[in-house]
This record gives sequence, C-alpha cells and structure tokens, in this order.
Amino acid sequence: MSSFDFGVISENIPFLWQGLKLSLWLTVLSVIGGIAIGTILALMRLSGMRSVALFAAGYVNLIRSIPLILVIFWFFFLVPLVIGRPIGSFYSALIAFVMFEAAYYSEIIRAGIQSVKKGQIHAGQATGLNYWQVQFYIVLPQAFRNMIPILVTQGIILFQDTSLVFVVSLRDFMTVSSIIARTEGRLAEMYVFAAFIYFVICFSGSLVVRNLQKAQGT
Amino acid sequence: MINISDVSKWYGDFQVLNSCSTNIEKGEVVVICGPSGSGKSTLIKCVNGLEDVQEGTIHVEGIPVTSKRTNLTKLRSRIGMVFQHFELYPHMTIRENLCLAQQKVLKRSRDEANSKAEMLINRVGLLEHIEKHPGQLSGGQQQRVAICRALAMDPVAMLFDEPTSALDPEMINEVLDVMIELARDGMTMMVVTHEMGFARKVADRVVFMDNGSIVEDRPTNEFFTDPESERARDFLSKILDH
Repeated sequence: MSSFDFGVISENIPFLWQGLKLSLWLTVLSVIGGIAIGTILALMRLSGMRSVALFAAGYVNLIRSIPLILVIFWFFFLVPLVIGRPIGSFYSALIAFVMFEAAYYSEIIRAGIQSVKKGQIHAGQATGLNYWQVQFYIVLPQAFRNMIPILVTQGIILFQDTSLVFVVSLRDFMTVSSIIARTEGRLAEMYVFAAFIYFVICFSGSLVVRNLQKAQGT
Repeated sequence: MINISDVSKWYGDFQVLNSCSTNIEKGEVVVICGPSGSGKSTLIKCVNGLEDVQEGTIHVEGIPVTSKRTNLTKLRSRIGMVFQHFELYPHMTIRENLCLAQQKVLKRSRDEANSKAEMLINRVGLLEHIEKHPGQLSGGQQQRVAICRALAMDPVAMLFDEPTSALDPEMINEVLDVMIELARDGMTMMVVTHEMGFARKVADRVVFMDNGSIVEDRPTNEFFTDPESERARDFLSKILDH
C-alpha cells in the first residue's frame, strides 16, 4: 500500500462539506424538535392525569427499548403509508430522530423539572399563579438552566447517531466520507479524517459542557 | 376573616393535625408557636390551600378553601405568604419577582406593576438592589423582598411560615421590623415563629400547638404570664431561659 495521500480530502471538500452540513442540520433540528416534544411528554408524565401520564410513559418506554436504526426504518416505510405520499429520506429521518430523541429528552427534562424545589412551586401558587403559569414562568426556566449541560451531552450523542442515516441512503458526513474512500481507493485517509472531524466537533461540545458545569458550580 | 374549624389531616397513618379550630379577625395578629413537628407550618399552609385537609373546613372571608369547587388560584392571590426559605425566583431580578404575579394574575400593566414594586421595595430600603438577582442579596434582604412580593398583590391577610428561622441572627431584626410595621398598619397576620419577643410586642393572640393539636389559644399577655398547660409552660421555659 502506498503512503498516505491526504490530497484526496482537499479535492473533495465541497462534497464533504455537503455531508457535514446535512449531519449538522439533522442534529440541530432533531435537538430542537426532540426538546420541544420531550418537554410535552415530560409535562404529560408529571401532569397527575393518569391516562395522559400512562400514554407518555408507554411511548417513552417503547421507544427506549428499540434500536435507533429500527426506528429510522419504521418511519421511512411507515410515514408514506400513513400520509399517502413519500416525503423523502431527509424528512423521514428527521421525524424518526425527533420522535426517538424526544423519548430520551423527556426523561432528562422530567428529572430537571423534579429537581426544582417544591417551595418554588408553592411560592408561585401562593401568589395566585395557575398550574401552567407556575410551570412556564417558574419551573421550566429553572429546570432548563439546571439541564443545559446534559442536554448538550445528549446533542453530542445525537450528532454521532446521525451517521445511521445511511440506511435510508441519505448522504451525511460519514456516508460521503465512505463514498470517497471507496471510489478513490483511499480508505485509511478518509476514515482517519472522518474520525478526526467527529472528534473535533464532539470534543469541542464536551468542553462546552465542562465549562457550563463549572459556571454552575456542579 | 380566617375561620378554621375542626381541621384534621393525615400523612398516611400519621396524624399531623388533630381537629384544630381558631378564628382570626380582620386586623388581628396571631402568632402560632410550639415545638417542631407540632403541625404549625402544615396548618398555615392549609389556610391558602397549599396543603389539603381531610376533615374540617377553612373559610377565608367566607370563601371555603377546603371546598373542591373553590377557585383556589383566585383565593390565593388575596392571601400573601412568606416562606422560611424565601423562595424568591432565582432566575429573575428582584423587580421581575415582584411584577410576575401582578401582571399575570391581577392583569396589571407593566407600568402599574413596576411602580407598585418600586414603592414597596423602597419602603424596605432595597430600591438600589431592584435590578439584582436574589442570589446577590443577603438572607435578610431576600426575606424583605419576599414580603414585598406578597404585599404587591394587595393581600387581605398575610401568612408567615417561620420567616426568620433560616436567617443568621444579625439579620433577624431587619425582617421582624418590617413585620412589626406591617402589623401596626393593621394587616391581618398569621405568623408561625419562635420569636417570642415579636409575639410579645405585636401579637394579639398566641396559639400554642403540640402534636397536631391546638393546646392553647390565648391573648398574648395571658399566654406569657399564665400558661394553662404543662406543655406550654415547658415550652416557654425552654425557649425563654437563656
């Protein structure tokens, strides 16, 4: 085997960048969607309404017992059946990620909500705020502030998980690297490069988390 | 104004309140004292429905707190409450702490809420701190802010749940001074406290509780000079003799 030739990377930068953009977009949108739906699921589980709480708990436990790759397949084949037309790989993958991550985020958010002292809720109630006002103005802002590090950590895991979208033939960063590796016959260079990029992004994320934790004094 | 009648409450098998009854008239200041675990804090939290009761009734201005049909949030907005651990909202400034319920519950405009907040904060001498967060204030300052937050709602009565017991000794008086002023202005107050000096100075009546029961309910002077029960005498000797 010839020596390393990293020239293959610079020649393919636009293609690689497209893949990375897709990975990042998928991550960002899934984090936002996952937190939004995860918050709703968490509030449902803590609502004290039995049927609502059971439904949310059932959903969370079901999703958490299934491999992500299966969920991606499901939504790829199921969503077009349900709505009657194909929606494309990207949107089906996005929906799969959002619904999958929502289950994990809801557990994080539920713990965050429960970490807010009961006295804070009493204080809000004592001034006449109703249940939703107490949640929205008092509990959730404090819960999210406590949760930011772990939410970011979950985002880093999600970023790595986006490499699974090759199963619905989406061209994320990993898939693109792999295509170049095979067509150019530069497997070692491309997989080292891909690993390096994942490392830089994820490790930067971890540093952000560490600084956030330091700032919070935990 | 506040009418507590035969109230009992259980946590599982453990009875925390045992058929408690008392009345508080408009403008009256009532101190509730007793050993820890005697049910004082629980009783005061039942008055604005933060804790529910299993037996008996509580009425505030004739409205039944203990009825399922009562709009509790509306009732609570008329009763101020001050907590042992202040419970200011840490993610908001002092100003926001004072304005939140004014705007969301009483639907006051931002300007109205702000001027009310400034007026109250100025009265307790903390106007210069109004844009700070609670964490930047001392315990005594935080508790004064918490009193203002309750007063901002123009309550008809104020409940105090051990307002000075989480404070360092040198900060107790700055909080008590605010409460004394409030009492002299004619506010109806229920105060759970171990500060017998405060009780002597401003309370009209002292309610002594032990094991979930109201053991004595007497005019302040009589309570201190001639307690009827052995338990109250014992409590007073322990709390006053040092």
